[in-house]
Amino acid sequence: MTIPLPPSQVVPDGVIGLDADPGVGLWRGAFRRLRRNPSAIIGAVMVAIFVLVAITAPLLTSYAPGSAEWSGQVTPSSVPGPSPEHFLGLDRFGSDMWTQMVYGAQQSLVYGVVSTAIGLTVGASLGALAGGFGSVGGRIGDWVDTAVMRLVDIMLSIPSLLLAVSIAALLGQNSYAVMIAIGAAQVPIFARLLRGSMLSQGKADYVLAADALGIRKTRIVMGHVLPNSIGPTIVQATLNLATAIIEVAALSYLGLGESDPAVAEWGRMLVAAQDRFDAAPRLALLPGAAIAFAALGFTLFGEALREALDPKSRR
Amino acid sequence: MLRFVLRRLALMVPVLIGLSILLFAWVRALPGDPSRALLGERATPEGIERVNAAYGFDKPLIEQYLTYVGALLRGDFGESIQTGRPVLESFTERFPATLELGATALLFAVVLGVPLGYVAARSQGRLLDTSVVSGSLLGVVTPVFFLAILLKLVFADKLHWLPTALRQDPRMDATHITNFYVLDGILTREWDASWDALTHLVLPALALGTIPLAIIVRITRASVSEVLHEDYVRTAEAKGLARGTVSRRHVLRNALLPVVTTIGLQAGLLFSGAVLTETVFAFNGIGQYLFEAIGSRDYPVLQGFIIFIAIVYSLINLLVDVSYGLIDPRVRAA
Repeated sequence: MTIPLPPSQVVPDGVIGLDADPGVGLWRGAFRRLRRNPSAIIGAVMVAIFVLVAITAPLLTSYAPGSAEWSGQVTPSSVPGPSPEHFLGLDRFGSDMWTQMVYGAQQSLVYGVVSTAIGLTVGASLGALAGGFGSVGGRIGDWVDTAVMRLVDIMLSIPSLLLAVSIAALLGQNSYAVMIAIGAAQVPIFARLLRGSMLSQGKADYVLAADALGIRKTRIVMGHVLPNSIGPTIVQATLNLATAIIEVAALSYLGLGESDPAVAEWGRMLVAAQDRFDAAPRLALLPGAAIAFAALGFTLFGEALREALDPKSRR
Repeated sequence: MLRFVLRRLALMVPVLIGLSILLFAWVRALPGDPSRALLGERATPEGIERVNAAYGFDKPLIEQYLTYVGALLRGDFGESIQTGRPVLESFTERFPATLELGATALLFAVVLGVPLGYVAARSQGRLLDTSVVSGSLLGVVTPVFFLAILLKLVFADKLHWLPTALRQDPRMDATHITNFYVLDGILTREWDASWDALTHLVLPALALGTIPLAIIVRITRASVSEVLHEDYVRTAEAKGLARGTVSRRHVLRNALLPVVTTIGLQAGLLFSGAVLTETVFAFNGIGQYLFEAIGSRDYPVLQGFIIFIAIVYSLINLLVDVSYGLIDPRVRAA
């Protein structure tokens, strides 16, 4: 005769599910922890403001970006400040500062997302290739793993911003060049991260079990190892958005950014503001603060996400 | 240990060969004809041909590559198209500037960062901790060139407390032996020259050191607070050891390993940051040299710069790995 036990005794908390309460998936549990973390909420709000401003830029201003309509009012010693028509005043070239700022947000968002997407796609593919073959092992598996990682090592032998600088210098002055350059510089980070977590997942018991059941290696890797390893890579992508936004501005600063003057870009606004700092410090302070704001939002949120997904912090 | 070092050095060889092939292909794929860039407005078909022949741009690619690698192995990094000077000569002349700047920045970051991180971890949750943590977060997300511009505009241009640009007042007319200007002043006993070089270092080093500082603070804080919860720390405290002894012998020693790793990882950040900082302050190091080379499409300089940085960067990473072994006996045994 079996004595039926209450469910809570059959399944003690935290034994079957990784989370305290059974039945909550990895991402759902992470979301719950995120909602309880104040810095995650602050980060998310900052990101939301940034994204919202970027998307609705044309609605937030009635002027066109880069128009030098009021350039007559700008003199070497003075740049008109805030007025009823120009909420943040004019910039050094006689464009409306507020318009430049909101369109700058749009540029930063597009540059950041596209370049991180490039880095994530290429890097994660390389990492999955190396990690997949590496965790299967065997002669071919190890060979593919080694070959891919040597390529990544070459990219890692140059500091990432300098890698981006070299690639941007090769591709010429346009927005695609900047996105590709910054994306390419992120490739080694994603490749190493995904490969590392796939290799460690490859040694897990459930892989051994699946293997013993006779499930094909490709299915184990694609269906089990990869989905279980992707978490840290997603977190890294969030954090890389912050780096990408800063690096876009850095490339602009070095004269490698978008060359079209009609495009508003925070990095270039900073460069242009340098010689007018005495007359109008806001020209430098506003874009600088905007870059830091966007980067801070993604960093806060990314770090909270990392913490939420970390098994050690699941309590 | 020696075997480990030799193995790591051997691993650098395929990386450098791969890099040289990529760089070679890269420079050939650049838009804009190098000879045209050299001659600028005065480019004529004959002139271009002459320059092509002189620099070997018209030879078959494989021959150009072998010549390039052969020269690299002999320490010949080519000549700058702009100035005609050997690239390596310009590097060795300017590298001390970057090294001086990077070392000062790192020193600032470590000397301030480790104690700050430690104090924050010790007072976790209190106002001091919160302000250190928020400050370091701000430090991480502030673009280095923005900070450099701000420091320059406020402390140099507006307040005139510190010099705006260069490594030393040209009127100093100081003697240079090593090209480390501060050191040179000490060696030649020209104290005012040394002092002047030091004042020129302050702002660029502050700008360059802020991100590493913020990162070191965060890692130290995380690492110390983790170690503080270890059983052996509780044991040490329970058996009545003085707080200072526990901190020194048990907490700091164990907490410093990830900090050393992090300090080593800052090398890449410092090189990248140096390009931006040196540009803002016209600090005549290799960063500014690179910036000029980008502007004038000076291929041999760009190529040489990247190979040079790759070698230096790999050597620094090796040094960091070796230092783990010295600090952590577990790594040495493995």
